[in-house]
Amino acid sequence: MAKTKVLLSGNEAIAQGAIQAGCTFYAGYPITPQNELIAYMAKYLPASGAVKGQAARVFIQAESELAAINMVYGASAAGARAMTSSSSPGISLKQEGISYLAGSQLPAVIVNIMRGGPGLGNIAPAQSDYFQATRGGGHGDYHVIVLAPASAQEAYDLTQSGFDLADKYRTPVMILGDGVLGQMMEPVKLSSRKIKTPPVKSWALCGCAGRKPNIAKSFFLREGALEEFNLKLQKNYQIIQQKEQRFEGLFLSDAKVILVAYGTMARIAKSAISQLRNAGKQVGLIRPISLWPFPERAFQIKNNRVKYLVLELSYGQMLQDVRLAVNGRQQVEFLGRSGGGILSQEQIIDKVKKIL
Amino acid sequence: MEKIFKRGESLYDVATHYCPGCGHGIAHRLVAEAVDSLGIREKTIGVAPVGCAVVAYDYWNFDCSEAAHGRALAVATGIKRVHPEKVVFTYQGDGDLAAIGTNETIHAANRGENLSVVFINNAVYGMTGGQLAPTTLLGQKTATSIEGRTKKAHGYPLKISEMLALLPGVCYIERVSLENPQEVLKAKRAIKQAFENQINNLGFSLVEVLSPCPTYWGLSPKESLDWIKLVMRKEFPLGRIK
Repeated sequence: MAKTKVLLSGNEAIAQGAIQAGCTFYAGYPITPQNELIAYMAKYLPASGAVKGQAARVFIQAESELAAINMVYGASAAGARAMTSSSSPGISLKQEGISYLAGSQLPAVIVNIMRGGPGLGNIAPAQSDYFQATRGGGHGDYHVIVLAPASAQEAYDLTQSGFDLADKYRTPVMILGDGVLGQMMEPVKLSSRKIKTPPVKSWALCGCAGRKPNIAKSFFLREGALEEFNLKLQKNYQIIQQKEQRFEGLFLSDAKVILVAYGTMARIAKSAISQLRNAGKQVGLIRPISLWPFPERAFQIKNNRVKYLVLELSYGQMLQDVRLAVNGRQQVEFLGRSGGGILSQEQIIDKVKKIL
Repeated sequence: MEKIFKRGESLYDVATHYCPGCGHGIAHRLVAEAVDSLGIREKTIGVAPVGCAVVAYDYWNFDCSEAAHGRALAVATGIKRVHPEKVVFTYQGDGDLAAIGTNETIHAANRGENLSVVFINNAVYGMTGGQLAPTTLLGQKTATSIEGRTKKAHGYPLKISEMLALLPGVCYIERVSLENPQEVLKAKRAIKQAFENQINNLGFSLVEVLSPCPTYWGLSPKESLDWIKLVMRKEFPLGRIK
C-alpha cells in the first residue's frame, strides 16, 4: 500500500493489522457488528503479499462459529498465524475451540467486537463480555491474553502485537473491542515495514520428515499428567502477568479522582476529563490496554485519599479487577450502563462532582 | 528365513487400549498400511476424533492432531489449507462424524476439501458406555434405548454416507466391513483409494467401515462379526456408494 495513512474502521484496521503481522489463515462467520472485518479479509487477505515460509494466504467463510475456531485450531497446529473474529454470541460458540487452543498451547488471534447481551441481545456497542474474556471463557483452568484497543490506530497496532504475543507464549490472544470501535472510521498510519515473518515453530504439524511425530493435543489421561501440564500453563500465565501488563495513565500524579475505563468508554472518559480539568478539577485516567493480564501495577498509587471511578458499558465487571488491584487501600466507585446505553460525558461529570 | 510380512513403519509396536474383538485395531492398521504402501508417512497428518479412538496418535507413527468432539473435519480443513501438499485425513466414529459433527462433515464435503476420511461405524457410542448412536439399528438395545431403538422415539439409523454422496464436492464414498479377512482386504483397498484420491487432488473421499463393538453389542467377538454380516449390512449395504 503506497499511502501510509488511510481511513479505516476499527474492524478494517484489525484486519489490515493481521495482514501486516503475517496472518496467513482466517476463518470467520458473519455477525454484526464485525462484518467489515470478515469482508475485508475476504477481499484483501488472499491477495496480500506472500509470507516467507508459508503457503498461500487463505480465507474461509466457515459454516459456523464452531467450525471457524476449529479451522483456526488446525491452521495454528499446522504452523500458520491464524485468526478468527466474531461478536459476543458468536464468541460464546467459539469458547469450546478457545479452550482447546489453550489446552493445546496453540497460538491464535480471536477478535470479539462486543455487542449487547445476554442471549441474542442487540447489535449496539457493549463491554459486557469482560468476564468471559478475562476469565478464560471456556472450560478449564486457563486464560487468554486480552488486548483492548481504543482507536482504529491502536486496533491496527495491537492486532500485530497480538500475533507476536500469541507465538511468544503459545497462547490464544483476544482483541476485545466494542461496536463503536469496530464501526468508527479513523485515520490509521500503516506500517512502512515489510510484512512480518512468523517465527519457525518446531512443534508444528507439517509431516514428520527427519524427526519424531508432532502431536497437537490437550488430552492428558495418565494420572498426574494433566496437573503437571496445568502447572506449566500457570507458570506461563505468571510470566505473562509479570511482563505484559499494559495501560495508559493520564494526570495520575495530581489526580484526586481517577477514572478507570477501557476501549470506547475510555475515549468518552477522556473528553469528560478535559472538561473537568478546564474547570480546575483534578481528575485522571487509568486506561487498561491489557485486560488480562490486568494492569494491577497502574493502581500502586500511594495517596490513600485518591478515589477511583470505574466506568463500563457493563454492570461492574472490570470493577472486580479494580477492587482486587486496589485491595481496599482506596475508595472505588462505579458507574456503568449496558444493553446499548452509552455513558455520556455529562453523566460522568455529574458522578465525578458527587464524589470529589 | 526371509520375513515377508511385518508391521509397517507407520504403526508403533505397542499394545492398544481397545477391548477384545474391537475393530479399531484392524482399522488403525489398515490406515498405517495404506500410508506405508504409498510411501507418504513423512507427509501425512492425521486428525484423531473424540471417542474410543481419541488416542489414535499413540498408535500411529506420523504427525497427528486432536480435534474437539465432531470438529475433526474443521481441524483437517485448517491443516490441509495451510499445507496443501501434505496428506491429511480424519479418523472418526459415528457419533463424532454423524451426530455432534454433522455440520462440519457436510460442509467440508460440500466444499470439496481435498481430504480423506475413515469413518468407523459401530452403531453405538463406545467410549461413554454404549449409548444410542445416529447409526444404531432399529430394535438395537443401548444404554439410552433400553428397549431397543424405535422410529417413534429415536428416528431412523442415519445413512450419512448416502447423504454425502449427493454432494458434488465428494469424489469417492465406499462402505466396507471388517467382518472377515476378505472384507478386510477390500477395506484396505478402499482406504488406500481414499488416500490416492487426495494425492491426485480429486477432492473429498470417505470410507465407511462397519466395525465390531462386542462390548456394547453384548456379543462375543465372533458373534459380533456375524452380526455385521447378517444384521448390520442389511441397513448399511456394502460397496461403492459414489
